Amino acid sequence: MSSSAAGRLGTIAFCLLFFGFLFGPLVIMVLTAFNSSPFPRLVPWDCFTTDWFGKLAGDAKLLTGLGNSLFIGAGVVLLATPIGLAAALALSEVGPRLRGALYTIFISPILMPGIVIGISTLMFWGRLGSGLGFGFDSVFFNGFFLTILGQVCFISAYSMLIFIARLQRFDHTLTEAALDMGATPAQAFRKILLPFLRPAIFSSAVLAFLASLENYNTTVFSIVAESTFTTELASKVRLGIDPSISAVAVVIIALTLFGAIVHEAWQRRTTALAQGGSAAARILNNPVNAFIRHPATVAAILAIVIGGAIHLGSRHNSDVCVQSIMDAKRAEQERLQQEMRERMQQQRQEAPTAPAPGGSAAPTTPFGGVFAPGGLGGGAPAPAPAPAPSAPATPFGGVFAPGSLPKPADAE
Amino acid sequence: MGALVADVRQIFARHGAAVGLFIAGTVAAWVFILIVLPQIAMVLISFSHNLPPSEQGGPNDVYTLSQYGYFVFGNDGGFNALHLTILAKTVLASVVVTVLDLMLCYPIAYLLAHGARPSVARLMVIGLIVPYWINEVLRAFAFRILFGSTGLVNGVGMTLGLWSDPIDFIREDVALYAGLTYAYILLMIFPIYNAIEALDRNQIEAARDMGAPWWRIHWRVVIPMAKPGIASGCTMVFMLTTGALAAPQILGGPSNLWFTQLVYQWFNDASNWPRGAAYAVILVVVCILFTLLMMRVFKVKIGEIGR
Repeated sequence: MSSSAAGRLGTIAFCLLFFGFLFGPLVIMVLTAFNSSPFPRLVPWDCFTTDWFGKLAGDAKLLTGLGNSLFIGAGVVLLATPIGLAAALALSEVGPRLRGALYTIFISPILMPGIVIGISTLMFWGRLGSGLGFGFDSVFFNGFFLTILGQVCFISAYSMLIFIARLQRFDHTLTEAALDMGATPAQAFRKILLPFLRPAIFSSAVLAFLASLENYNTTVFSIVAESTFTTELASKVRLGIDPSISAVAVVIIALTLFGAIVHEAWQRRTTALAQGGSAAARILNNPVNAFIRHPATVAAILAIVIGGAIHLGSRHNSDVCVQSIMDAKRAEQERLQQEMRERMQQQRQEAPTAPAPGGSAAPTTPFGGVFAPGGLGGGAPAPAPAPAPSAPATPFGGVFAPGSLPKPADAE
Repeated sequence: MGALVADVRQIFARHGAAVGLFIAGTVAAWVFILIVLPQIAMVLISFSHNLPPSEQGGPNDVYTLSQYGYFVFGNDGGFNALHLTILAKTVLASVVVTVLDLMLCYPIAYLLAHGARPSVARLMVIGLIVPYWINEVLRAFAFRILFGSTGLVNGVGMTLGLWSDPIDFIREDVALYAGLTYAYILLMIFPIYNAIEALDRNQIEAARDMGAPWWRIHWRVVIPMAKPGIASGCTMVFMLTTGALAAPQILGGPSNLWFTQLVYQWFNDASNWPRGAAYAVILVVVCILFTLLMMRVFKVKIGEIGR
């Protein structure tokens, strides 16, 4: 940005901050998946555990949602890719005056808020269905049908953008040459244009599938009575957060990184080979290099690493450590309760008429802050009619929060 | 219309009847069945009363402005201050998020296009895209962990002695703004990058040789070039932020609602579809009008957007 050293340093610092902002939250989320504390947090660290993954594998609702999502994703890919292709071809053929208007229409579903697409899809097909005399069990009220249509509405536009980018590099003289050689237009389309577009078809399918899988705003309206992976995940997060959600993130991030690294290896290889010359020679003439850099090798190595991690993780047992932490906490709690009892007795002796402190006198200091989930912290102070002045009363909310210790305050 | 017929004819001539039919049929089905008709249905329903299914189409099923009236006046004739405030707050907060994103992303986009070496730039692009593939619910969840009362931000702040009691970032909506800013970074960077990349590097060199300080180079040379990219990035981020639902549901404070949450409530909690539709229409119309207003203010033409 600037030639001076200070400017350079500033640039690097800004980049570090920026990518720290980008990756920091993800890294922290990943780490919390391995902490045995029932509330996802980094400090204080309790025990290294892999139990949250086990809990995840046993989450039937989430797995059902995942199955539904895969089905919906397949439907979206099958519909959105041809639509995107057709739209891109239409745009490449129309005259400049019409192109602007068409482009605006085609791109509008991307800018439209997702909830609006979900709502309008739901209403249109519902009205159509009931207008034609169908009941609520018909296809017009089916969550899968509606969600696929709602998602296709805007995911087709993503597909179209990919096809447009690819079509811009198409050499139209190729088609003309084929036509001159006596091919029919349909043959030229099938044998020249489609093979050229194959990479775009592939990336559009992948993108459409991923976009479908992670969509929330449209799906939450159009899914009606069913559920998808993302809507299940969102309801899990809203109802009460625990580290098994972080475990979901670990799985998804691992898969994303796997895909990204293999794709990068593949891309480097193809560009090097396409460049020819020394870049290609480096790969072709050196068998070791060619083997190590081959995307299949990269994928295999990564798969082995992930498989090994899963194997080791499944054998790891953190019960002893978790138990010891629990024991320590219980001992600490009992000590505090004991202290409290003594103090209360003292008070009673000093002032026999003073009202007994209610359930609010739970020992809160060591646990309160720790177990308070963000949403509740500070909210909902304990209904303490007569707080004992001696009770360590700072963060009451925490003890009563979900995700706290198994029955911390059963005494008093 | 004549142009349309000529264009369709050309498509048929170039690719043959089968492919021509495929293109025309698919595009028509997409535009009409998936985009236009559902929107029309939603607008129509927003002008109707909330009737049980048995009465739909009956004598009571007449058009009405009452759903919109409720948004402005509430039930008792005064102004519906709560909902009007929520709409205003949503738009204002989205503007803040958009500006934050612009300030974060412009330097990165410039570096990507002109500052960094190709290998570094490639790595940066991967680094930008990978977080974008994580589910948006999970990204919001990550910010919930980060800003929780025992989260890292509170931990660091309290350890450094900046504040003594845990700050409730969720209630203060700090977590929400951070999460929304995070969510749409990519959509701001790439349009700006595309616009800046087209800039001839010699122009920057020339300005520098003439003795212009770096801020003047940006103000006079780079930003004018980047303007269409900035406009389309801002439009996208603004529209998507106002329309966000997952992040406000997960990160929003209990007392502060996002406008989309109102729509959600009319649908799922109150089962009042016409009113929900009316609120959705209000959201879209306000967003579009605001965007057009901003374009007028900053003298950007619609045609420059989305290129």
